[in-house]
Amino acid sequence: MSDSEGGAQVTAAPAAPAATVAVARGTRGGALPRWRLLVRRPTFIVGAVILLFWIVCAMFGHLIAPDNPLAQNLLSPNTGPSGAHWLGTDQLGRDVLSRILAGARDILLITLLATLLGTVLGTVLGLAMGYFGGAFDLVTGRIVEAVLALPAVIIAFLFVVALGPSTVTLVVLIGLIFTPLIARTVRAAVLAERHMDYLSAARLLGERPAYIMFREVLPNVMPAILVEFTVRLGYAVFTVATLSFLGFGVQPPTPDWGADIAANYGVLPAGYWWETLFPALAIASLVTAIILVTDSIEQVLSS
Amino acid sequence: MNAAAASGAAASGGAEPSDPASTLAVSHLDVAYRVRGQDRLALRDVSFTIARGETYGLVGESGSGKSTAALALVRYLPRNGRVSAGTITISGQDPLSMGKAALRDLRARTVSMVYQEPGRALNPSIRVGRQIAEVYELAGQDRAAARAASEEMLRKVQISDPRGVMDRYPHELSGGMAQRVVIAMALAASPSLLILDEPTTALDATVEAEVLDLLPPLREEFRTSVLFISHNLAVIAKMCDRVGVLYAGELVEEGPARAVFDQPRHPYTVGLLRCIPRRGQRKDRDRLDTIPGFLPAPGEEPAGCVFAPRCALATDRCRAEAPPAYPVGPGRASRCFYHEAAPDMPRSTPASLPAAPAAPATDTEPLVGIEELSKTFTARGSSVRALHSVSLSLRRGETLGLVGESGSGKTTLARVLLGLTAPDEGSVVTLDGARLSPDARRRPRDVLRALQIVFQNPDSALNRRHTVRSLISRPLSRLAGLSGARLRARLEELITSVRLEDRHLPLRPGQLSGGLKQRVAIARAFGGGPRVVVCDEPTSALDVSVQAAILNLLADLQAREQASYLFISHDLGLVRYLSDRIVVLYLGRVMEVGPAGAVFSAPHHPYTEALLSAVPSIDGQRTQRIKLEGEIPSAASPPSGCVFHTRCPRRLPSGICESTEPELLEGEPGHLIRCHIPLAELRGLQTGETVSLQGESP
Repeated sequence: MSDSEGGAQVTAAPAAPAATVAVARGTRGGALPRWRLLVRRPTFIVGAVILLFWIVCAMFGHLIAPDNPLAQNLLSPNTGPSGAHWLGTDQLGRDVLSRILAGARDILLITLLATLLGTVLGTVLGLAMGYFGGAFDLVTGRIVEAVLALPAVIIAFLFVVALGPSTVTLVVLIGLIFTPLIARTVRAAVLAERHMDYLSAARLLGERPAYIMFREVLPNVMPAILVEFTVRLGYAVFTVATLSFLGFGVQPPTPDWGADIAANYGVLPAGYWWETLFPALAIASLVTAIILVTDSIEQVLSS
Repeated sequence: MNAAAASGAAASGGAEPSDPASTLAVSHLDVAYRVRGQDRLALRDVSFTIARGETYGLVGESGSGKSTAALALVRYLPRNGRVSAGTITISGQDPLSMGKAALRDLRARTVSMVYQEPGRALNPSIRVGRQIAEVYELAGQDRAAARAASEEMLRKVQISDPRGVMDRYPHELSGGMAQRVVIAMALAASPSLLILDEPTTALDATVEAEVLDLLPPLREEFRTSVLFISHNLAVIAKMCDRVGVLYAGELVEEGPARAVFDQPRHPYTVGLLRCIPRRGQRKDRDRLDTIPGFLPAPGEEPAGCVFAPRCALATDRCRAEAPPAYPVGPGRASRCFYHEAAPDMPRSTPASLPAAPAAPATDTEPLVGIEELSKTFTARGSSVRALHSVSLSLRRGETLGLVGESGSGKTTLARVLLGLTAPDEGSVVTLDGARLSPDARRRPRDVLRALQIVFQNPDSALNRRHTVRSLISRPLSRLAGLSGARLRARLEELITSVRLEDRHLPLRPGQLSGGLKQRVAIARAFGGGPRVVVCDEPTSALDVSVQAAILNLLADLQAREQASYLFISHDLGLVRYLSDRIVVLYLGRVMEVGPAGAVFSAPHHPYTEALLSAVPSIDGQRTQRIKLEGEIPSAASPPSGCVFHTRCPRRLPSGICESTEPELLEGEPGHLIRCHIPLAELRGLQTGETVSLQGESP
């Protein structure tokens, strides 16, 4: 007990409580810090800027475009990138840049509406499957798996042939194709919630199934749905572009990336690469931007 | 101040860091976590030593920094954590200045750790024997020798069939068995320091007692020093030579365990001890003392004493100046200016009852009746009988305590009563004599109103996306049928009665502390004006200081609202404090039921006797412990005859216990025991035993 240490125990007040921003108990985990976390991620910024660019094009593409995207100039077809036509002209002498800028509208619109439709339907179906479980889940689950076993493009192909191509057809079709995929994700998220006691508590308050599904469970699986929505958005771009490429989407002469690639890839061997490459890059940039944003959202939500 | 501080440091074990006699010396340790670009101190100026062969306890509530201390010792801190000041010496080595290889060697040979979850410490895909043998092989033994040594080690941790256990995978072991294996692995390297971080918190009381009994002889044999970390004061009191009390990252009191718990000299220690229901305390006689307020928020740097905001003795001096560690006795130190006044500190909560206690109605008509209740779960062809012909009743205004180890069917019973789980055919649940539907969805509103629950874990019980206001308002509109101004008035009344404030209403559960969340859950349960509230381990997720306030609240609400409680807990002290009658369940069967006093004192069922003796007591009375052999049998294949016979220390030699299930017989009025041993004989066997929790004190 006698030996004491040389140094005294420094118990004095902490040297500099440098304005410790003691995060008040009240604001922890609120919405604001999450947004801030998101905005801090460089990947999110890059993705969001690209995405924003295409959204602006979708809304005002016709106004921004240097030329009329429909105006043919048969005197100067297949001209390479130049000062007059930054991205060159296509076989009919139309300005490639203008067509890309204006072409953003349909693909973005169809993509967004189709994904929204699929998400809404998928969420309802997934909530019901996860919440009711049992025979309902079993039967619906098998149907969902059967649908998932068919390649999406083949289904779309069959239906477009039967119904004829139109924007509405595409939206409904892609929305329905996405529904089982999203339902499966939502169901898994609901199952993780199913054993939470708040559901028992709700049953003891005599809440109806619809209330429990949409007011109790839905807010808790919203993050999963948000992530699924953005992931599907990326896939939807591909699906729309693919269908347009195959001729089942937006019809010529309306500017469209997929249709333009289809119309011009025949002249690719002749060295007219810009007519194909630039619309392809547009598709790639849009998908990449969506993936960057998706990843950031997912990471922020899971942190 | 410096002199006092220095002698305070000296008091901590009487050993300098370099003293070869000490296995561990921690000096002026600061640990900081970097959160959003700012350093937050998790440990502040912590100094203690552990002598060779000594057991040192670190006790504190969640957030006190106990586990951070353990992690810092072997440099296992998460990536954002670092030791920002101070020194650590383990057997003369300094882990803070070690390279990777030396650190590995230190962790392999000198320090071993045992954590709360044994399941996580074992690799699920490697047989147990291989995992232990690896430790010996690392130490240079060949395969055969390592296997033999492993077997020997398992024998030392009292595993009766070491060969059989070695061939199993971790998931095939029970929790208690797995923790023994982890302890065997930890000791295999003959470490000079063994760190046990809440080693028995996940285990049942009887299993916990077995594991704790294991440790002292092993410590002797291996000459190991032990750092024992726990939130459980009684466990620390039982296991440790010396103890350090951590609060908000500071060691506020230190000394020999017995002395600290008998004569605490820091207001926090005093408060903690007062929060625990002691023998003789009853809800109808007195309220528990509490520690008001909260731990400082992480990153908050109080200018003065860390405990000042919650301390009944705090003065301006405490808020301005941090107290040094005052020596307060042989080997003792307390960081409090008023350490002399601490033992007689005024109570934070008056002991007197706010309302005159209403005696439980003694009318013969039970409020809730459960008859011949059975519940069989079937999964993949095999069936598990969770409840077996349980009959019991609950009277108006009464608290029925439900005790038993995990797997005894406590929670299933509660869920069946509430209509959340459907019982087997033939089971009857009645309210006011009327039979209830087994499904809550088919029960009328007034039945739903009458039966409510406070769940164990408020994080699961409260929808994290809803605000406190909507969580509490919902039962008012759904069950009580209120709306508009009347709803608002009742909401106001309700939150006042559970001691929440208006500012909590717009918050979501994630923004509340554990205790506040449980208050919201209680308010929700009481919103519809229930007649029966099931309390399923309502405080087991909470810290001791918060637990006391919740227990007081439950007792007050009961006195005011005349509600009956079905109180489920594994903590017999709490059950004793709140319950009027007690039911003891074992493998889904009622082993004993009766008035609390009668169940807690002899004569009682041998299982009850063992349960009571397994609970460590803070008073340090080491009663003769009734040892239970073996593991809790699986409910899927319950033993023949009396289900308790496989572990019963009082099993009759005639063999009747193995062959015939005894009846639940009424020996004394209202006191029923399921045992072949006649009551008079039990009285003879158990007479004179003062069980530590025995209630009716002088």
